Amino acid sequence: MSDVPALLVAVPIVAGVVALVVGQWRDRAAWAVALVASAAQVVLAGSLATTVFRDGTVSYEVGNFAAPYGIELVVDGLSASVAVLVAVVALGVLVYSRVSGPHTPAFHAEYLLLVAGLSGMSITGDVFNLYVFLEITGLAAYALVASGDGGRAAVGALKYLIVGTVGASLYLLGVGYAFVATGTLNMADMSAKLAEVGYADPLVLAAFGLIVTGLAVKSAIFPLHTWQPEAYAGAPDSVSAFISALVSTVSAYAIARLVVSVFTVDFLRANPVAQDLVVALAGVSVVAGSALAVTQSEIKRMLAYSSVSQFGLVVAAFALATESAFVGGTIHLLGHAVMKGGLFMAAGAVAAATGARTVSEYRGLASRRPVLAGSFAVLALAMVGVPPAVGFVGKWYIALAAVEAEAWSIAVVILVSTLLTLAYFARVIERMYFASAPAATAADEATEPTPDAAVVDGGDGPLSGRGSPRSDGGADGPFALTPGVVALVVVVTVTSVALGFVATEYAQLLEQTLPPLLSP
Amino acid sequence: MIDLLLTRYNYVAVALLLGIGVYMMIENANLVKKVIGMNVFQTGIFLFFITTAYVDGGNPPLVKGGQVGEYASPLPHVLILTAIVVGVSLTAVALALIVRIYAEYGTLNENVLREVRADE
Repeated sequence: MSDVPALLVAVPIVAGVVALVVGQWRDRAAWAVALVASAAQVVLAGSLATTVFRDGTVSYEVGNFAAPYGIELVVDGLSASVAVLVAVVALGVLVYSRVSGPHTPAFHAEYLLLVAGLSGMSITGDVFNLYVFLEITGLAAYALVASGDGGRAAVGALKYLIVGTVGASLYLLGVGYAFVATGTLNMADMSAKLAEVGYADPLVLAAFGLIVTGLAVKSAIFPLHTWQPEAYAGAPDSVSAFISALVSTVSAYAIARLVVSVFTVDFLRANPVAQDLVVALAGVSVVAGSALAVTQSEIKRMLAYSSVSQFGLVVAAFALATESAFVGGTIHLLGHAVMKGGLFMAAGAVAAATGARTVSEYRGLASRRPVLAGSFAVLALAMVGVPPAVGFVGKWYIALAAVEAEAWSIAVVILVSTLLTLAYFARVIERMYFASAPAATAADEATEPTPDAAVVDGGDGPLSGRGSPRSDGGADGPFALTPGVVALVVVVTVTSVALGFVATEYAQLLEQTLPPLLSP
Repeated sequence: MIDLLLTRYNYVAVALLLGIGVYMMIENANLVKKVIGMNVFQTGIFLFFITTAYVDGGNPPLVKGGQVGEYASPLPHVLILTAIVVGVSLTAVALALIVRIYAEYGTLNENVLREVRADE
């Protein structure tokens, strides 16, 4: 029981190796191994979260080296929530990938490695250890993006790799400055020593700037987001669902962890300029991300730019660093992961069913694929922030916090962001529900002997091969849509709405773990 | 000023390496050279860590029978060993991706690549 934090990292790494070996014998066996490991991960993370919320923070000394010198794993309410999110989303996407592929053993090994890296990032209490997990996550994510077919995935992955490495390196440099200033790498210890060194010290300021910039690259805050759309659009559908839901999320969590637990609120109070800069950057990210999303014609790119905007909101909340802002940021962070993962899954399922990958191809989707279109619409509205979905609760807390903190510019940005989010999702919803189904395109005529077949049969047939001319070497080829995938998308949709109902209770639960964070 | 630069030449080298690395990544159209730029950038950071471990007149941190005296901090060295391993793996993945891009498009030049991909 006491080894649970270590197992949370060890289980997926070991399972990744096993999956690779077993996969040589039979491809599907790798998936089974990954499934068992992911299920175990959910159980481990769940039991850990129960312990944390019942008994308070759990800490674990790796290899029994005493805390400030050895590596410490620290699990409080926030990290436990993120660990549970990682485990649950990993399991969900794994089930999805059973149908959508890729099916290679390498994919499953990388997938489990990514889960290990993300879990490690969420529970580590050591800044250098965080860097190592950041790079494990990065390496696995680059490889996963590149598992898409064609040159597009490779180009997207290389761009992601170069930009991501610079981000992680900047973080490492920031850790170097903080290490020079304090002589320690343990987060709790560093937090105390930073206070002794003084928050106005140039070394500390440089460390803060470099660390936040580095992690902002990883969580794709405008203008450091340039790797993201290409990577998300080029990756296979299951990978973009997974990466969009988790990789940026956990990086944003790392920002929160370092800003609140290491540099602490007192640092922000002592350096209002630093705080204002981060908040301003995040605010610009909200507006710019939305504006770019509106101009996209491809659904997956639009969703990617939407993430830029939403993460701006989350980081703004963390940088405001009041209690309700923090709660709101956390809820929006977790809720966004579920909603965005669901949207990418729905987009993948739509592409599988109809071949539609652009906004204009979504015309009349509601009549052809009512369930998928409905799920997409509900998830989109949840993201906009229509109550009672989880997207509303997070934004509500953040807006409340901005008003309380009298950060009027941010309050305006949050309220406007709702409209902006609506701006790019409304286009899709309008196409799906209020535009008539398109006449078959030239590509369809080539594969379909009767061009009107799609309209006549109501589009319920699998329409095999329709997607292939349009996948233009991008994501993986279309997979055969099964009822299971549709059911999964519906489950995610229902979850994202249901989470809105439990979010208030969760906020109270979270507030129990917050006082030591925010008022040390 | 000159004195300061001459006595802190390690830090000057760090700044140069970081600058050269970033410049190569941004300015060079060749993908392989971008990756080399990335390596140069990381090397700058490695050098920074190693420099911080230096203690004036310090011995290597080897404990022989109790008496040690002043010694250099071993921790940054260990950290950088880890970071070097990470850097090597990143380079390997990057080069593998470049091989695939070359097989697909027949070019390593970013500008040509952009033109080829625009026609897709």
